[in-house]
Amino acid sequence: MVKLIFNYLVFPGFLFSAVIGLLACWLERKVSARLQWRVGPPWYQNFADIIKLTGKEIIVPSTMRRTFLLAPYLGLLGLVLATTILGGAARLSLGGFTGDLIVVIYLFIMPAISLIIGASASGNPLASVGASREMKLVLAYELPLILSIITVIIKAAGAIRLEQIVFYQVSYGSFIFSFSGAIAFVVALICIQAKIGLAPFDISEAEQELMAGVLIEYSGLPLAIYKLNKAILLYALPLFLTILFLAKDLSPLFIIGKFLLIWLVIFLIKNTNPRLRIDQAMRFFWGPVTLLAIAGVILAILGK
Amino acid sequence: MDLKTKALTKSIWVFHVSAGSCNNCDIEILDCFTPRFDVERFGIQLIGSVRHADALLITGAMNRKAVPRMKEIYRQAPKPCIVVACGICALSQHMFRDSYNVREPLDKILPVDVYIPGCPPKPEAIISGIIKALDKLKENNNHGHKKQD
Ligand code: SF4
Repeated sequence: MVKLIFNYLVFPGFLFSAVIGLLACWLERKVSARLQWRVGPPWYQNFADIIKLTGKEIIVPSTMRRTFLLAPYLGLLGLVLATTILGGAARLSLGGFTGDLIVVIYLFIMPAISLIIGASASGNPLASVGASREMKLVLAYELPLILSIITVIIKAAGAIRLEQIVFYQVSYGSFIFSFSGAIAFVVALICIQAKIGLAPFDISEAEQELMAGVLIEYSGLPLAIYKLNKAILLYALPLFLTILFLAKDLSPLFIIGKFLLIWLVIFLIKNTNPRLRIDQAMRFFWGPVTLLAIAGVILAILGK
Repeated sequence: MDLKTKALTKSIWVFHVSAGSCNNCDIEILDCFTPRFDVERFGIQLIGSVRHADALLITGAMNRKAVPRMKEIYRQAPKPCIVVACGICALSQHMFRDSYNVREPLDKILPVDVYIPGCPPKPEAIISGIIKALDKLKENNNHGHKKQD
């Protein structure tokens, strides 16, 4: 029991993932700054942001007080549970359970749902536009993401337990080095970009037109929780990808290398692409990306 | 100085309000975020929603239409929030002093913490103004009193 609580709160759960996630956020800002020939913020920048926000006044709109304040925690709780399960699978020490892959897929939708609930509860027109965009984006990217996960399941001989998927790759080689695996990896990478909410898919936060969109009414601690959610996503989703596609060697040094690689690709996509409109994003995800994912599934069934 | 104030001085999110400026001050403010000056080094960011603001950076001569909106924006900002007047217009109304549609300067309307003179102020001047604002925040905290609105 104590061990479970420790796993949830400290390692590999809340504290660990928050620290790594905030460092990843800093990396994102630093890489962006360097690409624009700027110097960029110091490494503790995102920690300072979070601590500062906890000291600010919390302003709550008169509509839906309780929903507004509880929504961010909903996302955080789900996300931390997901990182705990994933961290256990990556270390091969915490016994998972059958079907934990499915549970993780569901838990990863929680941050988006909490954003939608919070934004709708805030009663701001810009926030409600952001919420509707977020909802459409979730519908758009979940389909190809799940198809690419199905590819992995087929390749791992029908295993829906994360540990089995890892074991399968440890003995037969990473999935990314096959045709279907590579295709599924690319699809998943694009979907992850949208899940974290980085450009070109930062449609719901759209700084320029919606003034932070879904987060517009949030201040103080709840805003800090949302920032934390995003930071943890930036750690948890690359971990998820690593487990699904690159799990041949999971010693710490290799994991760090794989993380840096995935982060670098994500940040480069972010910095070189302008934001899409929501209809363009949906057409993109339901058109080429889904077709690519289906091709991956068919190749996997054929055993390529 | 406690941890939260220290974090506040390391991460100022600026909300930029234009109350009838000629747009030159605003251009100079945006200049601070370009590669040459890059105030993100100090954790300073321009944000879109006033609910996230730590500092209101106000430019312009405060015409009649702007005054009630300015008060409303200050009321909406979460405290502690510093107010920075940027440009001669916001300081003393500049050439609009005797105009029919500007009544009183900014510091009669809101509690201004820092004045940045210039028409328009150089980006260096704006950065040094923000640094003065940080000093003011620390000082406020040391003397144990928070500013009331
Ligand atoms: S101070 Fe000068 S540059 Fe700034 S808004 Fe006024 S007239 Fe324009």
